Amino acid sequence: MNRKTLELWVGFFVAAGLVALAMLSFKVGNLAAGDVLDGYKVNAHFENIGGLKVKSPVTLAGVRIGRVTAISVDKQRYKAAVVLEIDGRYKNIPSDSTAMILTSGLLGEQYIGIVPGADEDKYLKEGDKVFKTTNAVVLENLIGQVMVKLTEGSGKK
Amino acid sequence: MNTAAAIMTTVLSNLGAIVLDAVERLGRATLFLVEILTGVPVILRRFYLAVQQIYAVGVLTLLIILVSGLFVGMVLSLQGYNTLVKFGAEESLGLMVALSLVRELGPVVTALLFAGRAGSALTAEIGLMKATEQLAGMEMMAVNPVIRVIVPRFLAGIVAMPLLAALFSAVGVLGGHVVGVGLLGVDAGSFWSQMQSNVDFQTDILNGLIKSVVFGIVCTWIAVFEGYDAVPTSEGVAGATNRTVVYSSLSVLVLDFILTALTLGDI
Repeated sequence: MNRKTLELWVGFFVAAGLVALAMLSFKVGNLAAGDVLDGYKVNAHFENIGGLKVKSPVTLAGVRIGRVTAISVDKQRYKAAVVLEIDGRYKNIPSDSTAMILTSGLLGEQYIGIVPGADEDKYLKEGDKVFKTTNAVVLENLIGQVMVKLTEGSGKK
Repeated sequence: MNTAAAIMTTVLSNLGAIVLDAVERLGRATLFLVEILTGVPVILRRFYLAVQQIYAVGVLTLLIILVSGLFVGMVLSLQGYNTLVKFGAEESLGLMVALSLVRELGPVVTALLFAGRAGSALTAEIGLMKATEQLAGMEMMAVNPVIRVIVPRFLAGIVAMPLLAALFSAVGVLGGHVVGVGLLGVDAGSFWSQMQSNVDFQTDILNGLIKSVVFGIVCTWIAVFEGYDAVPTSEGVAGATNRTVVYSSLSVLVLDFILTALTLGDI
């Protein structure tokens, strides 16, 4: 086999391998969707974060605009301190917006939903804190509350 | 009493001989690896030698990798569907197929096939070169056989393995798509979107890639060492080829566990 044919085959092989790798990264993996460009970080405190994890999505009206980058415990206030990184394209989120921990589907993964506030002059920026937060719904607590309601009803009879 | 002591001594000395032999081989293999690594810069300047070997170990292994990848992906999809449908979770089929392929089956099965197809060929080739005294002939002409013969093959193995593993996984995902969406009727949208939202570039794809690079180094190292170290007879070359496949397969499976434990970090 002469040199040109051999080089052609090897070139074809390497190109095919790289295309496969690119397909795995962008089509199978989340390299295209998961990156937050030019993001800014915002803090939020929650009483209970449920099953929220680092890298969980942050959404606005259901559209993904960022992700959770860090979760820790605020030792003074016994609350969960969550850092959200929001994509730089979404700079005009009112500073009195609410951050809610929601669940996709009944038993799906948890994410943060941002509900925009009414403040039209002040927007969230790097290092700001979201004051209005809503905790994760913990299924056990919910069942507990339902059980209390049910037993109350039966006690009166 | 005396015979019992004699038997005991023989058993112990045999055991000692086996252990010493194994340690000595490991030491020689390590020194050989160091020698290969010192020769790498020379071959990087004459890269065509490595390109020839990439053809031998990469392009010629392509067909077996593509066919196996396709069928492994298809059977994963079929098996996964039967279990997932019991929980009404057949939308996660794409995720299951992609994760199993990218994390485990892609690198591991590729390495096993590589050891069987390319590793054994490398050992037989180098062993025969030694048996027919081609390597000694090179030394006579002041050509370093390790640099001229071994290093290009070693580099080619390291370049080829990750590319083959990526092709295996990619073709496997497509095979899973064909069976899952085409035959079993899973929705194509949820097949791909579940996959994309849960397969992480760093923890899944990059770690799979690192695995296949490590497997490439280990498999090719074992293959070229066994060939170079073979007893230069037809029997010796046969034994060396056999050992290449056995040792490569075992090291790949053991290393796979170690690498998974290290990268997932749950242990």
